[in-house]
Amino acid sequence: MRRRIPAWLDRWLPSGRTLVIAAPFAFLLVFFMVPFAAVLKISFSDVRMGVPPYTPIADFHDGVLRLTMNLEHYGTVLTDPLYVGAYVYSIEVAALTTLLCLLIGYPACYLIARADPARRNLLLMGVMLPFWTSYLIRVYAWIGLLKNQGLINGFLVGAHLITQPLKLYHSNWGLLIGMVYNYLPYLMLPLYAHLVKLDATLLEAACVLGARPWQAFFSITLPMSRRGIVAASLLVFIPAVGEYVIPEILGGSNSLMIGRVMWDDFFVSTDWPSAAAATGTMVLLLLLPIAWFQRIQRREMGSA
Amino acid sequence: MNEATRPPRLPIADQPADFVQVVDVVKKFGDATAVDHVSLSIRKKELFALLGSSGCGKSTLLRMMAGLETPDAGRIIVDGQDITELPPYERPVNMMFQSYALFPHMTVEGNVAYGLKRDRVDKREMNERVAAALDLVQMGRFARRKPHQLSGGQQQRVALARSLVKRPKLLLLDEPMSALDRNIRQQTQFELGNILWSVGVTCIMVTHDQEEAMTMADRLAVMDDGRILQVGTPDEVYEAPTCRFAAEFIGSTNLFKGVLAGDESRLFACEDLQVPLQVNNPMNARMGLQAQIAVRPERIAISHRPAAQEYNWAVGTIEQYAYMGRYTLYYVRLAGGRLMAVDVSRMAVRAMERAPDYGDTVYLSWGSDCTVVLKQ
Repeated sequence: MRRRIPAWLDRWLPSGRTLVIAAPFAFLLVFFMVPFAAVLKISFSDVRMGVPPYTPIADFHDGVLRLTMNLEHYGTVLTDPLYVGAYVYSIEVAALTTLLCLLIGYPACYLIARADPARRNLLLMGVMLPFWTSYLIRVYAWIGLLKNQGLINGFLVGAHLITQPLKLYHSNWGLLIGMVYNYLPYLMLPLYAHLVKLDATLLEAACVLGARPWQAFFSITLPMSRRGIVAASLLVFIPAVGEYVIPEILGGSNSLMIGRVMWDDFFVSTDWPSAAAATGTMVLLLLLPIAWFQRIQRREMGSA
Repeated sequence: MNEATRPPRLPIADQPADFVQVVDVVKKFGDATAVDHVSLSIRKKELFALLGSSGCGKSTLLRMMAGLETPDAGRIIVDGQDITELPPYERPVNMMFQSYALFPHMTVEGNVAYGLKRDRVDKREMNERVAAALDLVQMGRFARRKPHQLSGGQQQRVALARSLVKRPKLLLLDEPMSALDRNIRQQTQFELGNILWSVGVTCIMVTHDQEEAMTMADRLAVMDDGRILQVGTPDEVYEAPTCRFAAEFIGSTNLFKGVLAGDESRLFACEDLQVPLQVNNPMNARMGLQAQIAVRPERIAISHRPAAQEYNWAVGTIEQYAYMGRYTLYYVRLAGGRLMAVDVSRMAVRAMERAPDYGDTVYLSWGSDCTVVLKQ
């Protein structure tokens, strides 16, 4: 028997549809927005010795509510060469990683999308296979390949192609190799999903209309996959900016990315407010490309 | 545009008859032979249709002419030039795709200009030619639209403009009507035919729709299983099919098995009929030749009284009938047990003293000119 709900209550109870939609939003609210608000709160407080290692921003005393918002840490983050340098370097590395991933991933995705459907899954499997191993182990495994007596240098020296081993491990090169290796699948999967939907008849039509294969590629395939490129690039760029593990393990002493700076603030100098301010600034910085992407998407939806 | 305003077809009989030549072309996909030793000659400015059911090889043949497939053997020659080895982008051939394949990220104008841009036509000439092509298909007003903002019929016309703007020597149309709603197809067939005639482009179209082929084409080829079975004008193929497939694929037909019996090789004895079948032209064959003989249902007259002719008649009872609008379809069970289909026009039914009904005994008769011997 279904229980009758009184009309006055029914009006205030959410419908099943609302509940289903609300669930993911509730999850994001509890596990993303609330913690992020806590981080923002810390970024406005001051360092102190003790637990927690920061001062409260609100203080209620003698019937007076005092709100202390300390902007000093944002000032530091935005002017201190250490932070600014780390931001610039992080964005450089992330941009270069994205670009290299695109240069490698786009042709690969194109080939998979054009392959015989029976072979596509096998090739995609190859792209996803690294995920079956732990992320840390994969990054560590690169040490064995990159170090001075590692496989790559060992082969090159052994083949008398070089006399001195290349400085790959603990260098910017090692960092970049590790970043590209790790982020490539994140670029390839969405890009593939986009390219596989591209109608091959359009290329035939271009070809019959007089376009050589490379002209057809640049006039049809590339412009039509622009949205896929943007989406896949953001999926690489955004997490790459805040990457911590790869520069820590493979990068050199001068590869100071923002993730490392935050780590040091939090755990080495126990300067939580500075770390929180760096985090807040990074989120704002990353919002810019996302907003730009959504504008593009909206514009295309408007015309589509 | 309706039929009455259709401009007269310019005579093309004086045009070179072998403007497009397909010479003994073979195409295999693995073990399957898609196109099996096909040869064709197509006259300049002719509108030629390849007609057949899906999988008969007609689309593969078309794609080989476009250069999208490579033949395993044979040559394709257009205007004296052997194009067999040329890539698609170097052929004087253009194609309108079944899905139209308009570029969704370009405007109508951009789509039409695409081919000219590849040829590096100068800007002014390009604009003029694009405008002229769009005017030809009455799409000038829509030049700035994107393809998805157009109806199916409008998209088709843009696709046509795009494939004509480069003035190809040969235009290929792949199932041009199949993406359109049924109710606008017939009108569109005439419109498309008129545009193609006014341009005077040599045209090969592929279709599985016999009405489409008969409405638009000067000549058509019936294809089955990778081979061409019959080539002729629509009325030739309809009135004088040379094979069972052509007779059954285009329209419907009554088939009889006959044995050549006598009377200057014009009579065939047939088990199902009381009297022999008589054909118009003497067969150049020995007595006892076995053949299939076709009689179209709408060429048969129906009557309550015996026909005043010696051959080509039958008697039976009406077992089924269906009012089809343009005609009434009767199924008549003959004395020997054989069922014959007869299409009777409304006029003919009215001319009878009473309309034939279930169980009536009726006499069927037809002329020897409608009695067609099939060669295969």
